[in-house]
Amino acid sequence: MKRWKFFERIKRDKIALFSIAIIIITCAAALFAPYLSPYPFAVQDPGAILKGPSLKYLLGTDRLGRDLLSRIIYGSRVSMLVGFTSSLLALIIGAIYGAISGLAGQRTDNFMMRIVDIVYSLPDLLLIILISVVIGRSVIGIFLALALVSWVTIARLVRGEALRLKEQLFVEAARGLGASNLRIIFVHLLPNTVGPLIVTLTFRIPAAILAESTLSFVGLGITPPFSSWGTLANDGWSAIKFYPHLIIFPSFAIFLTILSFNYLGDTLRDFLDPEMRYK
Amino acid sequence: MIKLIFRRFLWGIPVLFFVASLTFSLMHVVPGGPFDKEKNLPPAIQKNIEEKYHLDKPVITQYLLYMLSLSKGDLGPSYKYLGRNVNDIISQTFPVSLELGLWAFVIAIILGISTGIISAVRVNTLIDRVSQFVATAGISMPNFVLAVLLILIFSEYLKALPAALWESSRYAILPSLTLSLGPAAYISRLTRGSIIDILGKDYIKTARAKGLSEPLILFKHVIRNSISPIITILGPLGATLVTGSFIVEYIFSIPGMGKFFITAVTNRDYPLIMGITLIYSALIIIANIFVDILYSVIDPRVRMK
Repeated sequence: MKRWKFFERIKRDKIALFSIAIIIITCAAALFAPYLSPYPFAVQDPGAILKGPSLKYLLGTDRLGRDLLSRIIYGSRVSMLVGFTSSLLALIIGAIYGAISGLAGQRTDNFMMRIVDIVYSLPDLLLIILISVVIGRSVIGIFLALALVSWVTIARLVRGEALRLKEQLFVEAARGLGASNLRIIFVHLLPNTVGPLIVTLTFRIPAAILAESTLSFVGLGITPPFSSWGTLANDGWSAIKFYPHLIIFPSFAIFLTILSFNYLGDTLRDFLDPEMRYK
Repeated sequence: MIKLIFRRFLWGIPVLFFVASLTFSLMHVVPGGPFDKEKNLPPAIQKNIEEKYHLDKPVITQYLLYMLSLSKGDLGPSYKYLGRNVNDIISQTFPVSLELGLWAFVIAIILGISTGIISAVRVNTLIDRVSQFVATAGISMPNFVLAVLLILIFSEYLKALPAALWESSRYAILPSLTLSLGPAAYISRLTRGSIIDILGKDYIKTARAKGLSEPLILFKHVIRNSISPIITILGPLGATLVTGSFIVEYIFSIPGMGKFFITAVTNRDYPLIMGITLIYSALIIIANIFVDILYSVIDPRVRMK
């Protein structure tokens, strides 16, 4: 029932529909890059170096004569992969940590939350840079660094829910029936926090994409041979004066994707929990 | 009250200690030393360098030495900028970052609160919808994308403002605008929500029933009561400005702490990385304490607790 109401609502909201379309297109681009891109991503055309958009190369070419559109389509793979996987890993770490902390209560909870407070109070990007110095600037390094930093928001959320839920009768009943802590966490606590978790996840993905592209842009992120939208923008940065198309198109792809996720997240949050609207 | 502030400051010490230990261990798990690039050095010189920076000693000794000098306020020598202390570098670059941050802070607050108030008063009208969509867009736009846009428009096409360096106040306009847009958008959304919330309260109805004029109600009753959530986010806002400043300083080639941080990471200048991280953490701790104080000044109920 509730699900249908959501679709009803989305149908009336043109911007939300547009956001969903953008997200689907980006995911499709990432999944089917080899079939969708007009040229293989490393192919060079010596006759078309640094050309602006044309019919042959829709978004123009870079300094090696490679098709920018194809490179953006391939770049979506790294950006989306990092966004999705790091958010999922953060979700898993955060949910389990938060559930344990909330369920344990008292001193354990206090101690576990102090750690969260410390990580939370430091700027994300600073920590991500520090961690990626250690793990290295590969795709996996960036994704781990992102996950290791962003789990704290989720831990706080789940811990709060766990504190609220554990006093409720159904948890007490489960305990009375001899359910183990593990069972209580996975069967009773986490399924009851799905709504807020989905909303948080919708906001984590764009945040991860933003962090990754920013790092890659300043040269601290993904390194060749892989390229994300951030590295493409970084390539274009040096040529901004004469070939602005090289930086405008990747930047626009990043912005549009993040905006779509954020708008969808807002809509989802308003729908699932109208009271949370402004918090 | 004073006790509370004092306790918060005391809590800052273990946090800083934790941050220092964390960054120290992170920097020392990394394989390869900072002087790897100069591999061709004769072994004797290599040995001298290692001795000078205590790199020949066990990690534990290095840690203790670092902590000891840290407790005296000495952040150690820079590995890259020979003959310069981390303290010197920070004291030269910090004022630049501070100026940029303050400009951005002021712009964010003025822009965010004013658009938030306008949106809330004209809720669900076209103005409100447009400004809220712009706010969502502002939150979604990475700093570097905005910077690129501003540079293309104002420096390349209009040739009105400089795109790099830090010489006069004209140089501060584009970077501080870039840095402030995200926080401004955030404040705008928050202000709008908070004011809409207060507008629905009974005492506003009472004020209206008394026949008070709308501007009076807005400024005396609504805004004063809706300001506290905005103050709460000033702390996290400080953090946002800090991280934003890496990127903005890098893009606009501003000789601030953030730019040095990024070059320090690329150069593996560990003492500089640790030093700047510590300064950032200390700043954020102080910002949060300041927010607490401000909070209790604005909302006396907090003081009672």
